[in-house]
Amino acid sequence: MNAALTGYNFGYLDEATKRMIRRALLKAVCIPGHQVPFGAREMPLPYGWGTGGIQVTASVLGPDDVLKVIDQGADDTTNAVSIRRFFNRVAGVATTESTAEATIIQTRHRIPETPLSEGQILVYQVPMPEPLFRLEPRVAESTRLHAMAEYGLMQVKLYEDIARQGEVATSYNHPVMVNHRYLMSPSPIPAFDNPKMHMNAGLQLFGAGREKRIYAVPPYTDVRSLDFEDHPFKPVRAPHACAICGSEESYLDEVITDDQGGRMHVCSDTDYCASRPPV
Amino acid sequence: MTPGFDNPVLGAQSSFRAMLHALSHPGRIIRLADLPAAPAPLAPAAGAAALAMCDADTLLWHDAGEQAAAWLRFHTGAPWGAPREARFAIATGAPPPLAGFCLGSDEAPQDGATLLLQVAGLEAAAGWLLTGPGIQHETALCVTGLPPGFVAERAALGALFPRGLDIILCADALIAALPRTTSIRERA
Repeated sequence: MNAALTGYNFGYLDEATKRMIRRALLKAVCIPGHQVPFGAREMPLPYGWGTGGIQVTASVLGPDDVLKVIDQGADDTTNAVSIRRFFNRVAGVATTESTAEATIIQTRHRIPETPLSEGQILVYQVPMPEPLFRLEPRVAESTRLHAMAEYGLMQVKLYEDIARQGEVATSYNHPVMVNHRYLMSPSPIPAFDNPKMHMNAGLQLFGAGREKRIYAVPPYTDVRSLDFEDHPFKPVRAPHACAICGSEESYLDEVITDDQGGRMHVCSDTDYCASRPPV
Repeated sequence: MTPGFDNPVLGAQSSFRAMLHALSHPGRIIRLADLPAAPAPLAPAAGAAALAMCDADTLLWHDAGEQAAAWLRFHTGAPWGAPREARFAIATGAPPPLAGFCLGSDEAPQDGATLLLQVAGLEAAAGWLLTGPGIQHETALCVTGLPPGFVAERAALGALFPRGLDIILCADALIAALPRTTSIRERA
């Protein structure tokens, strides 16, 4: 089942595609937060399952890499297991569930709790790379807004949230300013994870397959969540301790346990949770 | 005709990763592991970078002469382009004016060229102090064999950001990168 497949190029993609994606990746790193268009290929999984992330991983991956894949923080969900097995078969690379052991981590919607170290690469699967798309539907117009660093629309949206609800209402996908220049979608990670992007030691790469965009945040780069002086950005966390490991720092998932209203909160990051003694 | 990478797939991958690492950590000196037999005056590192990144979709400018031109054309298939239009450029000697390379546009800054600039030596020592994204505090880099006025010429492009030119310095098997976001302070 897990034997490496023959008849495929290393890492599934053909070399011309990899070169095209690699060129986009290098420019993305040179212009932090800027979305670089690329010719996304059809992949053997549906849009929304990580076609962008998987193409970035396939282009970056080498035989000595150790790959970890998480879906909402978990290593053991269908998407994560399938992608890990995919690369194990088409590239023969080693896989792991440990954040510290991995050289490349492909992620859907979370940043691991364990801080990244230098040399590690975090590949995000991105459904919608354009932070302005709910405010400006015309792609040509939002491209121009990025060119002029004209982000008043987003500030007004946050202001309206505060005026109507007393606080910013985005608990995930909260937009960030990268290197004081580009407004960037952090992909739908919880706002809780936003501060981890700032001055992170690892390299963060973002791939959006359907929207055909690649962008990046180099290590040690300034990433600020958009906010106001009198309404500073506040990361949100459920006010509970993990039911399994007791952590009061990690991001929690709420799990419904029965139809009587029973529920528990557990760490979303399964590797972090398993590395701690159970309560 | 001398050969390219021993293994074209893995050679391109390791060279790309070295470039990705170099651009992620500006000024850090990286040694390329897989080197093709690039004909003089091409440095092995510049040859590896070109083979890893260029193909029929990228116009390539260089000043490396007939033999290198034939080698690059055979192994990459990249058509030759003037500095103004080339996506990749290799300067084995003094480069043409940096402002004359393709710098992209405000809406498509990714169209700015990547210049592989060959230098005599790279050393992690006093000389330049680099700051910018990818650098935690400061990175020291000492480059020998650059044309005079290079730092000022490059700094003049800084005001054009996000337009700009990304430079990868190549010396033998070593590379160190200067993406457009990096600022250079000269130290005596």
